[in-house]
Amino acid sequence: MEFLSDSVVLSRMQFALTALFHMLWPVLTTGMGIYLVIVEGVWLKTRNPDYYLHARFWSKFYVLNFGIGVATGIPMEFQFGTNWSRFSEAAGNFFGSVIGFEASWAFMLEAAFLGIMLFGWERVNPIIHYVSTILVAVGANLSTLWILTANSWMQTPAGGELVNGKFIVHDYFAAIANPFMKNSVLHMFFATLETSLFVIGGISAWYILNRRHEAFFSKSLKIALAAAIAVAPLQIYIGHLSGEQVYHYQPSKLAAMEAQWETTPAGQSADWSLLAIPNDKAQKNDWEITVPNALGYILEFKQKLTYPVRGLSEWKPEDRPHMIGLIYYAFRIMIGIGFFFAGLMLLSVLQWLRGKLSAENIAQQRWLMRAWVFAAPLGYIAVDSGWIVRCVGRQPWIVYGQIRTVDGASNIPASNVLVSLTSFAVVYSILFVGVLYFGSRIIRRGPNLELPVPGIEPDRPAVDTTPAEFVPDERPVEAQQ
Amino acid sequence: METLTYFLPQVWFVVLALFLLLYVMLDGFDLGVGILSLTSKDEERRGILMTSLSNIWDANETWLVLMGGGLFGAFPLAYGTILNALYIPIFVMIFGFIFRAVAFEFRELSNRKFFWNFAFGAGSFVAALGQGFALGAVLKGIAVDETGHFIGTSWDWLSWQSVLVALTLIQAYVLIGSTYLVWKTTGELQTTHYKTAKIAALTTLIGAIFITISTPIFYESARTRLFQQPLVYIFAVIPILGVLLIWQLLKSLNRQEERAPFLWTILLFVLTFLGLGLIVFPYIIPVKITIYEASADPSSLVIMIIFIGFLIPVMLFYNLYQYIVFRGKVTGGHYEG
Ligand code: HDD
Ligand code: HEM
Ligand code: HEM
Repeated sequence: MEFLSDSVVLSRMQFALTALFHMLWPVLTTGMGIYLVIVEGVWLKTRNPDYYLHARFWSKFYVLNFGIGVATGIPMEFQFGTNWSRFSEAAGNFFGSVIGFEASWAFMLEAAFLGIMLFGWERVNPIIHYVSTILVAVGANLSTLWILTANSWMQTPAGGELVNGKFIVHDYFAAIANPFMKNSVLHMFFATLETSLFVIGGISAWYILNRRHEAFFSKSLKIALAAAIAVAPLQIYIGHLSGEQVYHYQPSKLAAMEAQWETTPAGQSADWSLLAIPNDKAQKNDWEITVPNALGYILEFKQKLTYPVRGLSEWKPEDRPHMIGLIYYAFRIMIGIGFFFAGLMLLSVLQWLRGKLSAENIAQQRWLMRAWVFAAPLGYIAVDSGWIVRCVGRQPWIVYGQIRTVDGASNIPASNVLVSLTSFAVVYSILFVGVLYFGSRIIRRGPNLELPVPGIEPDRPAVDTTPAEFVPDERPVEAQQ
Repeated sequence: METLTYFLPQVWFVVLALFLLLYVMLDGFDLGVGILSLTSKDEERRGILMTSLSNIWDANETWLVLMGGGLFGAFPLAYGTILNALYIPIFVMIFGFIFRAVAFEFRELSNRKFFWNFAFGAGSFVAALGQGFALGAVLKGIAVDETGHFIGTSWDWLSWQSVLVALTLIQAYVLIGSTYLVWKTTGELQTTHYKTAKIAALTTLIGAIFITISTPIFYESARTRLFQQPLVYIFAVIPILGVLLIWQLLKSLNRQEERAPFLWTILLFVLTFLGLGLIVFPYIIPVKITIYEASADPSSLVIMIIFIGFLIPVMLFYNLYQYIVFRGKVTGGHYEG
């Protein structure tokens, strides 16, 4: 238990725990934000009350995620100072300003208009309400833009140089538009969108399976499916581009992602490892199944490599990532989920074209609906796996090639970090259970289809014919408006 | 160039002070309401208190996030050193925030409202306590070497002075929370908070007097600062103005005015803040490192003025708009008017 007295190791564990946990909540607030803009827009255009009720129903999940997102985001920001103070000082010129941009461009916008979006239905007119919904979504996605800019700069620090241990920026725009920035922002953007689509689709499928409001939820399922037609293939393509940029800029990470120990020189063909048991000590894979020549095709669309694929044994052990198995499998899990999503999308589109997804027939598609329910949590796993690849694969650097992680840490007693780390573990476990419990409660209660629709007569015709157990809305009157 | 290296850090000192002041006033009343909720006698009342904040607490808290981000960008050394030194109070505050934020979301969905109401109140109290200790420690000074790196121990922040500051800050939050509730509620609830406001005004006054007297006696650096030539007149006026403001505040409370107490309290906060700012300036890590030594590159400060500065009026505008949309009294858990 030596690591218990090493404050750097504990700080790394704490950052990993809090980042992986924080990451779960923005996924819905950024992705579902866009979905809410769509349904509210459709409602304003068609005045079909179902879409209004969709906006109201899904925003319940939105708030729940938002609250936890804020609660877990604040520790992220402050940890740069508390646990990584030397990194903060060294990289502050650029990295610190970007964190400031994120707060002023994104968080404030999102926070200020969220109140109107949730509680303002009766207080502002529909257009202003719609503008607020749009601004909330814009705010959430701007935080993706800025935080991924900051993180991409840690992967490919551009636009300046390290002088006496401090990063001096020569060209701000080059630092912002660093080589990883564009693609990583896109990959993250589509990750949140795709995960949200499959969460919405999965919850809708659960209602359909349980024969509750099938007509109502077949609508949201189809919106999610229609969007997935574009998003699922695009995400695979963008992920592929991410892989190529790692190949060019971070060879030691690529070697870890592929568990390649020996260098394959340019001009040769390379095999792609499908499954392996990497052995860090022996610097080889104990066991492996490979697909011949495939790596060349994946990286460059041709059999013979133009650039070498460097193997891990080229670096001294202290200059390359460890936990190769973690990186290797996290990468494969993410890819597997990406292809699963695309496959599920194709299958569902096929059934849609055959007319099997109409409101009357959809409940018969039991296996398809079960597959959607199964897909609901997968996006989260892919997102956290992606971050593991990106951050663990970057080690031992905190800023790739420039500042080592150990040199970025604060000078604090290990006991302090141990206490905060343990508290996070306990508190976050409680939060996690709480969210699952209360989230499933929202699902079990179901949508309140009796809500009066603004600007429309209260005695509108019933939209749903299937009897559903009606549970009265128990929120304070204010929230029900 | 020479003037820039002085001017830009000063601009950012003022901007960050503005963010912090906005935070202390706005989230101050949120935290105050939270602390007061611990003393309220029934669940329904606590429900009203939470409802009165549900649409704004997050935007208010975001001023702190903004001030943190700005400090990180403008004075990276200070961000690292201060947070490093205040590891324990900062995490105390963070865990308070976590419970408060979660309480808002979970309470709505829960049948056991009691538990989450308590999390809201206790979270607010703990967050305010962490902030008070942090403020006390910064005012007292942080042990650093010549390069500005922290060299103290992890319990340096704890002293009788920081206890005093923490208690006074909590009183001040209770005061601004009470006057906010006087503004936003009616009936019995309002009557209660006229009373709590009066008590809190007196306890805050006592704390402030102790701090004002003890600071020059115990801290040499503050003493030299306080008796510097033109500043000494300002420092002489501040306590007098403060007493006058409290006098006005108590008068308006006695006259059962609805908005004036909140506005007087705001002025009191601004005044205190001005005083603290003048004592601290030009240090960013009291009492050793100045804003000029800790600041980021001038080019970074310029970029931040472009990227953040122009947004300040916009942010103020839409935050204000939000308050206008939700104006009116909170009664029985819903808004009227
Ligand atoms: C996908 C985008 C994304 C990513 C990768 C991160 N965040 Fe986050 N963060 C958000 C997207 C987001 C958000 C969607 O904008 C949140 C969630 C709920 C909210 O209010 O804002 C948020 C909340 C949030 C808050 C609270 C904001 C508030 O008070 O409104 C802070 C301080 C941070 N985050 C900081 C971080 C840091 C330092 C990260 C890196 C380690 C990070 N976030 C990763
Ligand atoms: C944008 C959201 C981010 C997420 C979701 C994320 C995720 C992760 C993950 C999964 C780890 C585990 C690595 C390990 O155990 O070794 C990690 C480690 C770490 N990341 Fe990131 N990261 C993010 C951004 C950042 C940023 C902006 C920084 C800036 C400092 C950062 C710095 C670190 C540090 C210091 C560690 C711990 C030390 C280590 O690398 O082992 N990460 N992060
Ligand atoms: C099958 C196709 C996919 C491929 C080839 C792929 C590839 C990659 C690569 C190479 C990275 C590392 C980038 C770096 O270290 O700089 C990455 C990161 C990441 N991936 Fe994927 N990915 C795929 C699918 C997905 C899916 C389906 C999701 C989530 C729904 C996802 C979420 C992420 C996230 C959140 C990151 C970290 C942040 C970022 O780099 O933007 N990926 N991916």
